[in-house]
Amino acid sequence: MGRGPSGAPVAAYGRAMRDLSPRLPSSPRLPSSPGFWRSPLRGPWFTSVLGTVLLVGITVLFVTGLVSYAAYNPGLDPVNDKTPDKGILGFYLFAWPTDPVWLYRLTQGVHVTLGLVLIPVLLAKLWSVVPRLFTLPPVRSLAHGLERISLLLLVGGALFEFVTGVLNIQLEYLFPGSFYPLHFYGAWVFFAAFAVHAVLKTPRALRNLRAMREERDDLVAPRPAAPTVTRRGALWFVGGGSLLMFATNAGRSFDGPLRATAVLSPHGGPEPGNGPNGFQINKTAAHVGIDPAETREDTWRLVVTGRAGTVRLSRAELLAMEQHSAALPIACVEGWSTADQWWRGVRLRDLAALVGHEDDPPDVFVESLQRRGAFRRGALRANQVADPRSLLALYVNGEELSPDHGHPARIIVPAAPGVLNTKWVARLTFGDLG
Amino acid sequence: MKRVRGTYGLRVTRAGIGSPFQILLLGCSFALAGYAGLRLLADDWLGVVLWFAGAALLHDLVLLPLYSLADRVLTRGTATVHRRERTSYVRFPAACSGLLLLVWFPLVGGRVDASYAGVTGLSAEGFLTRWLLITAVLFGGSALLLAGRLLRSATKRRSPDVH
Repeated sequence: MGRGPSGAPVAAYGRAMRDLSPRLPSSPRLPSSPGFWRSPLRGPWFTSVLGTVLLVGITVLFVTGLVSYAAYNPGLDPVNDKTPDKGILGFYLFAWPTDPVWLYRLTQGVHVTLGLVLIPVLLAKLWSVVPRLFTLPPVRSLAHGLERISLLLLVGGALFEFVTGVLNIQLEYLFPGSFYPLHFYGAWVFFAAFAVHAVLKTPRALRNLRAMREERDDLVAPRPAAPTVTRRGALWFVGGGSLLMFATNAGRSFDGPLRATAVLSPHGGPEPGNGPNGFQINKTAAHVGIDPAETREDTWRLVVTGRAGTVRLSRAELLAMEQHSAALPIACVEGWSTADQWWRGVRLRDLAALVGHEDDPPDVFVESLQRRGAFRRGALRANQVADPRSLLALYVNGEELSPDHGHPARIIVPAAPGVLNTKWVARLTFGDLG
Repeated sequence: MKRVRGTYGLRVTRAGIGSPFQILLLGCSFALAGYAGLRLLADDWLGVVLWFAGAALLHDLVLLPLYSLADRVLTRGTATVHRRERTSYVRFPAACSGLLLLVWFPLVGGRVDASYAGVTGLSAEGFLTRWLLITAVLFGGSALLLAGRLLRSATKRRSPDVH
């Protein structure tokens, strides 16, 4: 610490300047010298615009992600919960409603489509700040050192979340473990770093956006290359990438011609078949090990248990009960969904009444004939059972369910995540669960 | 004088430690990250650490330098033919095509063909063809746009001579 002619304050000022100052490099060949970075686009305004978009977008991703976890009703029964050791991270959980019927279709469609749309923005944002990865000295103070560790969690966390999400919707399970815990706990690690980053940087980002002139900043190249595009042009470039992602993915949330526009994404393109059963299939009967011999008219029986005892029903006996209809969509955690399909079958609350729960339908534990699959068993909450549109469906769009859509009988519940609409149902056990 | 000394004292502290508010905030963040991180690492901790750090390193030290280099080669190329201002007409379709490949490489590259078809009952074929078609449309559209602009500016330049 030097001493200026007028004493300490000047010395302090000099010190502060030196800390910020490996500004004129000895060798511009090293990424640690600012002269190494030549792009005339980098600067606080560009980074601030991208950062502000991500602040809003990632907040929506985080919230819709938490909502999706709540939609599984993890507190109801361990079979619904893939992250049972969540502890306080489940503080916000609530009973998932059945209205509006498109609720999960909307929240999860937004989660996945918005995530895909934000990929170009994330990449551009990381590009815009990459010189800071190499700044020297690596640590200027305790706070700065801690912030850099936090930035590793931020960047690593963001990429981890986007990569696991993008791989999961393509059924490419490369990641080290089951998707649910990785994506859920990873989201919290990421969010911890994201929140502190937002608090520390948002005021400055907003100042940069309001300021008319470009402020000097370590991101601005000291000897920029001649531009080939303006900063505004570069933003259009990123926005164009996002628009492309939107245009080639949003169709996964609709049927028919709109789905056909999702040309590169899973469950985009043409429907799997024609006719009443031609809509999207999450998992085929063959994949989850359904033995056709077990679903025949003479072999399949639905076992329903409640406080009054157990009944075994054939398909013919189910058809003899009062039949009801409901127009409901299928919406998958992978972000695709179908339009409303017209389901017909027996109300879940009528089945509850059959085994002694006449006036107060309780929760139900559902078991499938599936040999494989994380959701071959699922639990539905009392409010879902009580909804008059919740069915054990035998027909869809006027035709018997096809094997891939759960023949002989499947659950369909308004607004529930796809996997809780159990197919090939073998057993229903009514009673209080969670 | 008193005020100045106060400022000086603060500066000295900040040089070594930094903003106490920031440290407090980061402490809270690490506590939450640690709580979730312990659960994240519960099963295959090494694999998760490799993926977490590996994603950041792979992006910062491989992907970003690679596309920066590609862009530099492209800019040099257009500069050599004195068409530097038209770089974006190649850059944009190339970047979009690369983005689609980066996101959908398991489907486009045929890595998940068997499982995708078996699980969903959908055809896994055609992703590569469709990606190539999109790439062609992007480059073709960009070329048309450029041709249109050149034609318009040529017409504009000629029109004063007509009158």
